[in-house]
Amino acid sequence: MLLDILSWILLCLGGGFVLVGGIGALRMPNFYTRMHAASLTDSTGSILIVVGVMCQAGLSLATIKLLTILIFLLLTGPTATYALANAALLSGMKPQADTDEGRSSS
Amino acid sequence: MIIVFAVFLLTLLVLTAVAVVRTENLFVAVMLMAIFSLLMATNFFILDAADVALTEAAVGAGVTTVIFLGALALTAEQEKPIVSGRWLPLAVVSVTVLVIIYASFDQPRLGDPGAPAHQHVAPWYLEKTAEFIDIPNIVTAVLASYRGYDTLGEVFVVFAACIGVLFLLSVPPVKPQKSKSSDNSSGLRHHLIPQVVGRLLVPFIFLFGLYVQFHGEYGPGGGFQAGAIIATGIILYALLEGEAAALNAIPKSVLMAMVCGGAMLYGMVGVAGMILGGNFLDYSVLHSDPVIGQQMGIILIEAGVGITVCGALLSIFHAFAERD
Repeated sequence: MLLDILSWILLCLGGGFVLVGGIGALRMPNFYTRMHAASLTDSTGSILIVVGVMCQAGLSLATIKLLTILIFLLLTGPTATYALANAALLSGMKPQADTDEGRSSS
Repeated sequence: MIIVFAVFLLTLLVLTAVAVVRTENLFVAVMLMAIFSLLMATNFFILDAADVALTEAAVGAGVTTVIFLGALALTAEQEKPIVSGRWLPLAVVSVTVLVIIYASFDQPRLGDPGAPAHQHVAPWYLEKTAEFIDIPNIVTAVLASYRGYDTLGEVFVVFAACIGVLFLLSVPPVKPQKSKSSDNSSGLRHHLIPQVVGRLLVPFIFLFGLYVQFHGEYGPGGGFQAGAIIATGIILYALLEGEAAALNAIPKSVLMAMVCGGAMLYGMVGVAGMILGGNFLDYSVLHSDPVIGQQMGIILIEAGVGITVCGALLSIFHAFAERD
Protein backbone atom coordinates (compact mmCIF):
# COMPACT_ATOMS: atom_id res chain seq x y z
CA MET A 1 0.00 0.00 0.00
CA LEU A 2 2.72 2.41 1.02
CA LEU A 3 4.78 1.22 -1.92
CA ASP A 4 1.80 1.84 -4.19
CA ILE A 5 1.42 5.44 -3.02
CA LEU A 6 5.16 6.02 -3.32
CA SER A 7 5.21 4.62 -6.83
CA TRP A 8 2.29 6.82 -7.89
CA ILE A 9 3.96 9.89 -6.45
CA LEU A 10 7.13 9.05 -8.39
CA LEU A 11 5.21 8.35 -11.58
CA CYS A 12 3.26 11.61 -11.37
CA LEU A 13 6.40 13.58 -10.57
CA GLY A 14 8.19 11.97 -13.50
CA GLY A 15 5.29 12.71 -15.81
CA GLY A 16 5.32 16.31 -14.59
CA PHE A 17 9.02 16.62 -15.34
CA VAL A 18 8.59 15.25 -18.85
CA LEU A 19 5.66 17.61 -19.41
CA VAL A 20 7.70 20.60 -18.23
CA GLY A 21 10.51 19.49 -20.53
CA GLY A 22 8.10 19.32 -23.45
CA ILE A 23 6.78 22.80 -22.72
CA GLY A 24 10.33 24.06 -22.35
CA ALA A 25 11.37 22.56 -25.67
CA LEU A 26 8.54 24.44 -27.33
CA ARG A 27 8.74 27.73 -25.46
CA MET A 28 12.43 28.37 -24.95
CA PRO A 29 13.91 31.09 -27.14
CA ASN A 30 16.80 29.38 -28.91
CA PHE A 31 18.29 26.04 -29.76
CA TYR A 32 20.61 25.53 -26.79
CA THR A 33 18.08 26.53 -24.15
CA ARG A 34 15.50 24.27 -25.77
CA MET A 35 17.87 21.37 -25.69
CA HIS A 36 18.76 22.14 -22.11
CA ALA A 37 15.10 22.12 -21.13
CA ALA A 38 14.40 18.86 -22.90
CA SER A 39 17.46 16.92 -21.82
CA LEU A 40 17.64 17.63 -18.09
CA THR A 41 13.95 17.08 -17.45
CA ASP A 42 14.02 13.97 -19.60
CA SER A 43 16.78 12.39 -17.54
CA THR A 44 15.09 13.26 -14.25
CA GLY A 45 11.71 12.20 -15.57
CA SER A 46 13.01 8.86 -16.76
CA ILE A 47 14.68 8.18 -13.41
CA LEU A 48 11.48 8.98 -11.53
CA ILE A 49 9.22 7.01 -13.88
CA VAL A 50 11.43 3.92 -14.00
CA VAL A 51 11.86 3.91 -10.22
CA GLY A 52 8.09 4.31 -9.90
CA VAL A 53 7.52 1.33 -12.17
CA MET A 54 10.14 -0.61 -10.21
CA CYS A 55 8.11 0.00 -7.04
CA GLN A 56 5.12 -1.48 -8.85
CA ALA A 57 7.10 -4.50 -10.04
CA GLY A 58 8.49 -5.41 -6.63
CA LEU A 59 11.49 -7.65 -6.23
CA SER A 60 11.49 -9.63 -9.44
CA LEU A 61 13.29 -10.12 -12.72
CA ALA A 62 11.32 -7.18 -14.11
CA THR A 63 13.00 -4.84 -11.62
CA ILE A 64 16.44 -5.90 -12.79
CA LYS A 65 15.40 -5.37 -16.40
CA LEU A 66 14.06 -1.92 -15.49
CA LEU A 67 17.31 -1.11 -13.73
CA THR A 68 19.22 -2.09 -16.88
CA ILE A 69 16.93 0.09 -18.98
CA LEU A 70 17.48 2.97 -16.55
CA ILE A 71 21.26 2.63 -16.77
CA PHE A 72 20.99 2.51 -20.55
CA LEU A 73 18.84 5.64 -20.60
CA LEU A 74 21.16 7.48 -18.23
CA LEU A 75 24.13 6.62 -20.44
CA THR A 76 22.58 7.42 -23.79
CA GLY A 77 20.41 10.45 -22.98
CA PRO A 78 23.15 12.87 -21.90
CA THR A 79 25.46 11.51 -24.60
CA ALA A 80 22.86 12.22 -27.26
CA THR A 81 22.40 15.72 -25.88
CA TYR A 82 26.14 16.29 -25.88
CA ALA A 83 26.44 15.01 -29.46
CA LEU A 84 23.57 17.24 -30.55
CA ALA A 85 25.03 20.33 -28.91
CA ASN A 86 28.48 19.52 -30.25
CA ALA A 87 27.14 19.06 -33.77
CA ALA A 88 25.27 22.35 -33.51
CA LEU A 89 28.38 24.14 -32.29
CA LEU A 90 30.55 22.61 -35.02
CA SER A 91 28.08 23.57 -37.72
CA GLY A 92 28.47 27.15 -36.63
CA MET A 93 25.52 27.82 -34.37
CA LYS A 94 26.80 30.13 -31.63
CA PRO A 95 25.23 30.12 -28.18
CA GLN A 96 23.78 33.57 -27.61
CA ALA A 97 22.75 35.36 -24.50
CA ASP A 98 20.68 37.76 -26.52
CA THR A 99 17.39 35.95 -27.00
CA ASP A 100 15.91 37.84 -29.94
CA GLU A 101 18.65 37.03 -32.40
CA GLY A 102 19.11 33.45 -31.28
CA ARG A 103 15.63 32.52 -32.40
CA SER A 104 16.10 29.72 -34.85
CA SER A 105 14.33 26.55 -35.77
CA SER A 106 15.75 23.42 -34.29
CA MET B 1 -8.11 2.92 -21.17
CA ILE B 2 -5.75 1.16 -23.55
CA ILE B 3 -8.03 2.01 -26.45
CA VAL B 4 -7.72 5.73 -25.65
CA PHE B 5 -3.95 5.39 -25.72
CA ALA B 6 -4.12 3.47 -29.00
CA VAL B 7 -6.31 6.14 -30.60
CA PHE B 8 -3.93 8.83 -29.32
CA LEU B 9 -0.97 7.01 -30.85
CA LEU B 10 -2.79 6.48 -34.15
CA THR B 11 -3.61 10.20 -34.26
CA LEU B 12 0.06 11.01 -33.72
CA LEU B 13 0.87 8.52 -36.47
CA VAL B 14 -1.39 10.32 -38.94
CA LEU B 15 0.04 13.71 -37.93
CA THR B 16 3.59 12.41 -38.40
CA ALA B 17 2.72 10.93 -41.78
CA VAL B 18 1.24 14.26 -42.94
CA ALA B 19 4.33 16.07 -41.64
CA VAL B 20 6.62 13.66 -43.54
CA VAL B 21 4.75 14.39 -46.76
CA ARG B 22 4.55 18.13 -46.19
CA THR B 23 8.12 18.88 -45.18
CA GLU B 24 10.53 20.08 -47.85
CA ASN B 25 13.64 19.33 -45.82
CA LEU B 26 14.65 15.73 -46.40
CA PHE B 27 16.65 15.51 -43.17
CA VAL B 28 13.54 16.44 -41.21
CA ALA B 29 11.60 13.89 -43.22
CA VAL B 30 14.06 11.14 -42.29
CA MET B 31 13.83 12.05 -38.60
CA LEU B 32 10.05 12.10 -38.79
CA MET B 33 10.12 8.69 -40.44
CA ALA B 34 12.07 7.38 -37.46
CA ILE B 35 9.43 8.82 -35.13
CA PHE B 36 6.74 7.27 -37.32
CA SER B 37 8.38 3.86 -36.99
CA LEU B 38 8.70 4.22 -33.24
CA LEU B 39 5.01 5.15 -32.92
CA MET B 40 4.14 2.23 -35.17
CA ALA B 41 6.19 -0.10 -32.95
CA THR B 42 4.34 1.16 -29.88
CA ASN B 43 1.07 0.57 -31.68
CA PHE B 44 2.05 -2.99 -32.54
CA PHE B 45 2.98 -3.51 -28.93
CA ILE B 46 -0.42 -2.30 -27.76
CA LEU B 47 -1.97 -4.82 -30.15
CA ASP B 48 0.10 -7.53 -28.38
CA ALA B 49 2.32 -8.14 -31.40
CA ALA B 50 5.62 -7.95 -29.54
CA ASP B 51 7.61 -9.70 -32.28
CA VAL B 52 6.46 -7.27 -34.95
CA ALA B 53 7.01 -4.33 -32.61
CA LEU B 54 10.58 -5.42 -32.01
CA THR B 55 11.20 -5.73 -35.75
CA GLU B 56 9.68 -2.34 -36.46
CA ALA B 57 11.71 -0.66 -33.73
CA ALA B 58 14.99 -2.29 -34.77
CA VAL B 59 14.63 -2.02 -38.54
CA GLY B 60 12.31 0.94 -39.00
CA ALA B 61 13.55 3.29 -36.34
CA GLY B 62 17.13 2.04 -36.13
CA VAL B 63 18.84 0.76 -39.24
CA THR B 64 16.63 2.40 -41.85
CA THR B 65 17.26 5.84 -40.39
CA VAL B 66 21.01 5.36 -40.63
CA ILE B 67 20.75 4.08 -44.21
CA PHE B 68 18.47 6.99 -45.12
CA LEU B 69 20.98 9.42 -43.64
CA GLY B 70 23.73 7.70 -45.63
CA ALA B 71 21.66 8.13 -48.77
CA LEU B 72 20.93 11.73 -47.82
CA ALA B 73 24.63 12.49 -47.60
CA LEU B 74 24.81 11.68 -51.33
CA THR B 75 22.05 14.07 -52.34
CA ALA B 76 20.81 17.53 -51.49
CA GLU B 77 19.06 18.25 -48.24
CA GLN B 78 16.13 20.08 -49.77
CA GLU B 79 13.40 18.49 -51.80
CA LYS B 80 13.01 19.74 -55.36
CA PRO B 81 9.88 21.85 -55.66
CA ILE B 82 7.17 20.17 -57.70
CA VAL B 83 5.68 22.63 -60.12
CA SER B 84 2.93 20.86 -62.00
CA GLY B 85 0.91 17.70 -62.29
CA ARG B 86 -0.47 17.59 -58.78
CA TRP B 87 -4.09 17.01 -59.69
CA LEU B 88 -3.86 13.54 -61.14
CA PRO B 89 -1.99 12.05 -58.13
CA LEU B 90 -4.42 13.81 -55.81
CA ALA B 91 -7.40 12.31 -57.62
CA VAL B 92 -5.85 8.82 -57.59
CA VAL B 93 -5.07 9.06 -53.88
CA SER B 94 -8.54 10.36 -53.04
CA VAL B 95 -10.25 7.55 -54.92
CA THR B 96 -7.99 4.96 -53.29
CA VAL B 97 -8.66 6.39 -49.84
CA LEU B 98 -12.41 6.30 -50.44
CA VAL B 99 -12.23 2.69 -51.64
CA ILE B 100 -10.16 1.69 -48.61
CA ILE B 101 -12.52 3.45 -46.22
CA TYR B 102 -15.45 1.73 -47.92
CA ALA B 103 -13.69 -1.62 -47.61
CA SER B 104 -12.97 -1.03 -43.93
CA PHE B 105 -16.70 -1.21 -43.18
CA ASP B 106 -16.50 -4.91 -43.91
CA GLN B 107 -13.61 -5.41 -41.52
CA PRO B 108 -14.30 -7.36 -38.35
CA ARG B 109 -14.08 -5.50 -35.06
CA LEU B 110 -10.62 -5.31 -33.45
CA GLY B 111 -9.99 -8.51 -31.53
CA ASP B 112 -13.24 -10.08 -32.70
CA PRO B 113 -12.95 -13.83 -31.98
CA GLY B 114 -15.37 -14.55 -34.83
CA ALA B 115 -13.16 -12.89 -37.43
CA PRO B 116 -12.20 -15.15 -40.34
CA ALA B 117 -8.52 -14.80 -39.49
CA HIS B 118 -9.19 -16.29 -36.08
CA GLN B 119 -11.38 -19.09 -37.41
CA HIS B 120 -9.23 -20.60 -40.12
CA VAL B 121 -5.94 -22.16 -38.95
CA ALA B 122 -5.09 -20.00 -35.93
CA PRO B 123 -6.98 -22.17 -33.38
CA TRP B 124 -5.20 -25.22 -34.74
CA TYR B 125 -1.81 -23.50 -34.36
CA LEU B 126 -2.62 -22.47 -30.79
CA GLU B 127 -3.80 -25.95 -29.88
CA LYS B 128 -1.18 -28.07 -31.56
CA THR B 129 2.04 -26.07 -31.14
CA ALA B 130 2.62 -27.40 -27.65
CA GLU B 131 2.25 -30.94 -28.94
CA PHE B 132 4.16 -30.73 -32.25
CA ILE B 133 6.91 -28.21 -31.57
CA ASP B 134 6.78 -27.56 -27.83
CA ILE B 135 8.01 -23.98 -27.74
CA PRO B 136 6.19 -21.22 -25.84
CA ASN B 137 6.32 -18.52 -28.54
CA ILE B 138 3.74 -19.56 -31.07
CA VAL B 139 4.68 -16.67 -33.36
CA THR B 140 8.10 -18.22 -33.89
CA ALA B 141 6.52 -21.61 -34.48
CA VAL B 142 4.19 -20.17 -37.11
CA LEU B 143 6.93 -18.09 -38.72
CA ALA B 144 9.62 -20.71 -38.84
CA SER B 145 7.79 -23.99 -39.14
CA TYR B 146 4.17 -23.81 -40.26
CA ARG B 147 4.85 -20.88 -42.56
CA GLY B 148 8.44 -21.83 -43.35
CA TYR B 149 7.93 -21.30 -47.09
CA ASP B 150 6.80 -17.70 -46.56
CA THR B 151 9.79 -16.96 -44.37
CA LEU B 152 12.10 -18.53 -46.95
CA GLY B 153 10.54 -16.15 -49.46
CA GLU B 154 11.18 -13.21 -47.15
CA VAL B 155 14.81 -14.18 -46.70
CA PHE B 156 15.25 -14.32 -50.46
CA VAL B 157 13.56 -10.92 -50.77
CA VAL B 158 16.17 -9.52 -48.35
CA PHE B 159 18.89 -11.30 -50.33
CA ALA B 160 17.61 -9.94 -53.65
CA ALA B 161 17.22 -6.42 -52.24
CA CYS B 162 20.80 -6.48 -51.00
CA ILE B 163 22.11 -7.69 -54.37
CA GLY B 164 20.06 -5.03 -56.14
CA VAL B 165 21.36 -2.19 -53.96
CA LEU B 166 24.93 -3.40 -54.38
CA PHE B 167 24.50 -3.51 -58.16
CA LEU B 168 23.18 0.05 -58.20
CA LEU B 169 25.79 1.49 -55.85
CA SER B 170 28.88 -0.47 -56.83
CA VAL B 171 29.27 1.71 -59.93
CA PRO B 172 32.12 4.06 -59.04
CA PRO B 173 30.99 7.68 -58.62
CA VAL B 174 31.56 10.02 -61.56
CA LYS B 175 33.35 12.74 -59.62
CA PRO B 176 35.42 11.40 -56.74
CA GLN B 177 35.28 13.88 -53.88
CA LYS B 178 38.56 14.77 -52.32
CA SER B 179 38.96 16.16 -48.88
CA LYS B 180 35.64 14.97 -47.50
CA SER B 181 36.43 11.27 -47.36
CA SER B 182 39.40 11.62 -45.05
CA ASP B 183 37.20 13.63 -42.70
CA ASN B 184 34.52 10.98 -42.61
CA SER B 185 36.74 7.95 -42.29
CA SER B 186 38.08 9.08 -38.95
CA GLY B 187 34.63 8.65 -37.45
CA LEU B 188 34.00 10.30 -34.13
CA ARG B 189 37.53 9.73 -32.95
CA HIS B 190 38.01 13.26 -31.71
CA HIS B 191 34.70 13.32 -29.82
CA LEU B 192 35.60 11.71 -26.55
CA ILE B 193 32.26 11.38 -24.79
CA PRO B 194 30.23 9.70 -27.55
CA GLN B 195 33.15 7.43 -28.25
CA VAL B 196 33.55 6.26 -24.66
CA VAL B 197 29.83 5.72 -24.17
CA GLY B 198 29.49 4.07 -27.57
CA ARG B 199 32.35 1.69 -26.87
CA LEU B 200 30.68 0.82 -23.60
CA LEU B 201 27.39 0.07 -25.33
CA VAL B 202 28.50 -1.88 -28.40
CA PRO B 203 29.18 -5.20 -26.58
CA PHE B 204 25.86 -5.01 -24.80
CA ILE B 205 24.08 -4.38 -28.08
CA PHE B 206 25.70 -7.54 -29.47
CA LEU B 207 24.74 -9.45 -26.33
CA PHE B 208 21.17 -8.28 -26.62
CA GLY B 209 21.14 -9.21 -30.29
CA LEU B 210 22.32 -12.72 -29.51
CA TYR B 211 19.75 -12.97 -26.72
CA VAL B 212 17.01 -11.97 -29.14
CA GLN B 213 18.32 -14.46 -31.67
CA PHE B 214 18.46 -17.46 -29.40
CA HIS B 215 15.55 -16.53 -27.17
CA GLY B 216 13.15 -16.28 -30.11
CA GLU B 217 11.56 -19.60 -29.21
CA TYR B 218 10.68 -18.40 -25.71
CA GLY B 219 9.96 -14.71 -26.05
CA PRO B 220 9.55 -12.06 -28.70
CA GLY B 221 12.45 -12.13 -31.11
CA GLY B 222 14.06 -14.17 -33.81
CA GLY B 223 16.36 -13.89 -36.75
CA PHE B 224 15.00 -10.72 -38.34
CA GLN B 225 15.15 -8.68 -35.14
CA ALA B 226 18.49 -10.08 -34.03
CA GLY B 227 20.08 -9.47 -37.42
CA ALA B 228 18.93 -5.86 -37.35
CA ILE B 229 20.13 -5.33 -33.76
CA ILE B 230 23.58 -6.77 -34.41
CA ALA B 231 23.84 -4.75 -37.61
CA THR B 232 22.99 -1.64 -35.58
CA GLY B 233 25.79 -2.46 -33.16
CA ILE B 234 28.32 -2.79 -35.98
CA ILE B 235 27.05 0.41 -37.61
CA LEU B 236 27.50 2.20 -34.27
CA TYR B 237 31.05 0.86 -34.20
CA ALA B 238 31.57 2.12 -37.75
CA LEU B 239 30.30 5.56 -36.77
CA LEU B 240 32.59 5.69 -33.74
CA GLU B 241 35.80 4.26 -35.13
CA GLY B 242 35.42 5.09 -38.78
CA GLU B 243 34.13 2.91 -41.56
CA ALA B 244 37.55 1.45 -42.29
CA ALA B 245 37.78 -0.07 -38.81
CA ALA B 246 34.39 -1.73 -39.22
CA LEU B 247 35.39 -3.07 -42.63
CA ASN B 248 38.61 -4.29 -41.08
CA ALA B 249 36.65 -6.17 -38.40
CA ILE B 250 34.18 -7.66 -40.87
CA PRO B 251 35.50 -7.47 -44.44
CA LYS B 252 33.21 -7.22 -47.40
CA SER B 253 33.85 -10.78 -48.51
CA VAL B 254 32.63 -12.00 -45.12
CA LEU B 255 29.52 -9.85 -45.45
CA MET B 256 28.79 -11.31 -48.87
CA ALA B 257 29.36 -14.81 -47.49
CA MET B 258 26.91 -13.97 -44.68
CA VAL B 259 24.23 -12.76 -47.10
CA CYS B 260 24.54 -15.83 -49.33
CA GLY B 261 25.37 -18.31 -46.59
CA GLY B 262 22.37 -17.42 -44.41
CA ALA B 263 19.91 -17.84 -47.26
CA MET B 264 21.67 -21.02 -48.29
CA LEU B 265 21.60 -22.41 -44.74
CA TYR B 266 17.85 -21.93 -44.76
CA GLY B 267 17.51 -23.69 -48.10
CA MET B 268 19.87 -26.49 -47.07
CA VAL B 269 17.78 -27.24 -43.98
CA GLY B 270 14.84 -27.67 -46.33
CA VAL B 271 16.84 -29.91 -48.67
CA ALA B 272 18.14 -31.92 -45.72
CA GLY B 273 14.52 -32.60 -44.79
CA MET B 274 13.94 -33.90 -48.31
CA ILE B 275 17.03 -36.11 -48.22
CA LEU B 276 15.98 -37.62 -44.91
CA GLY B 277 12.64 -38.61 -46.40
CA GLY B 278 10.32 -35.74 -45.55
CA ASN B 279 8.99 -32.78 -47.49
CA PHE B 280 10.93 -29.60 -48.25
CA LEU B 281 11.25 -27.61 -44.99
CA ASP B 282 9.77 -30.46 -42.97
CA TYR B 283 11.94 -30.42 -39.86
CA SER B 284 10.36 -33.40 -38.13
CA VAL B 285 12.66 -35.85 -39.88
CA LEU B 286 15.85 -34.09 -38.77
CA HIS B 287 15.92 -36.04 -35.52
CA SER B 288 14.48 -39.34 -34.37
CA ASP B 289 12.14 -37.40 -32.10
CA PRO B 290 9.99 -35.19 -34.37
CA VAL B 291 9.57 -32.51 -31.66
CA ILE B 292 13.32 -32.12 -31.22
CA GLY B 293 13.68 -32.20 -35.00
CA GLN B 294 11.27 -29.27 -35.26
CA GLN B 295 13.18 -27.31 -32.62
CA MET B 296 16.50 -28.00 -34.34
CA GLY B 297 15.07 -26.88 -37.66
CA ILE B 298 13.69 -23.68 -36.15
CA ILE B 299 16.99 -22.78 -34.49
CA LEU B 300 18.90 -23.45 -37.72
CA ILE B 301 16.65 -21.45 -40.00
CA GLU B 302 16.44 -18.59 -37.48
CA ALA B 303 20.23 -18.50 -37.53
CA GLY B 304 20.11 -18.39 -41.33
CA VAL B 305 17.61 -15.53 -41.25
CA GLY B 306 19.69 -13.59 -38.72
CA ILE B 307 22.94 -14.01 -40.66
CA THR B 308 21.33 -12.93 -43.93
CA VAL B 309 19.58 -9.90 -42.47
CA CYS B 310 22.71 -8.74 -40.63
CA GLY B 311 24.90 -9.19 -43.68
CA ALA B 312 22.45 -7.50 -46.02
CA LEU B 313 21.95 -4.45 -43.79
CA LEU B 314 25.69 -4.01 -43.30
CA SER B 315 26.43 -4.44 -47.01
CA ILE B 316 23.86 -1.77 -47.84
CA PHE B 317 25.27 0.53 -45.15
CA HIS B 318 28.82 0.15 -46.45
CA ALA B 319 27.65 0.60 -50.04
CA PHE B 320 26.18 3.99 -49.07
CA ALA B 321 29.01 4.99 -46.79
CA GLU B 322 31.65 4.25 -49.41
CA ARG B 323 30.28 6.76 -51.86
CA ASP B 324 30.58 9.73 -49.54
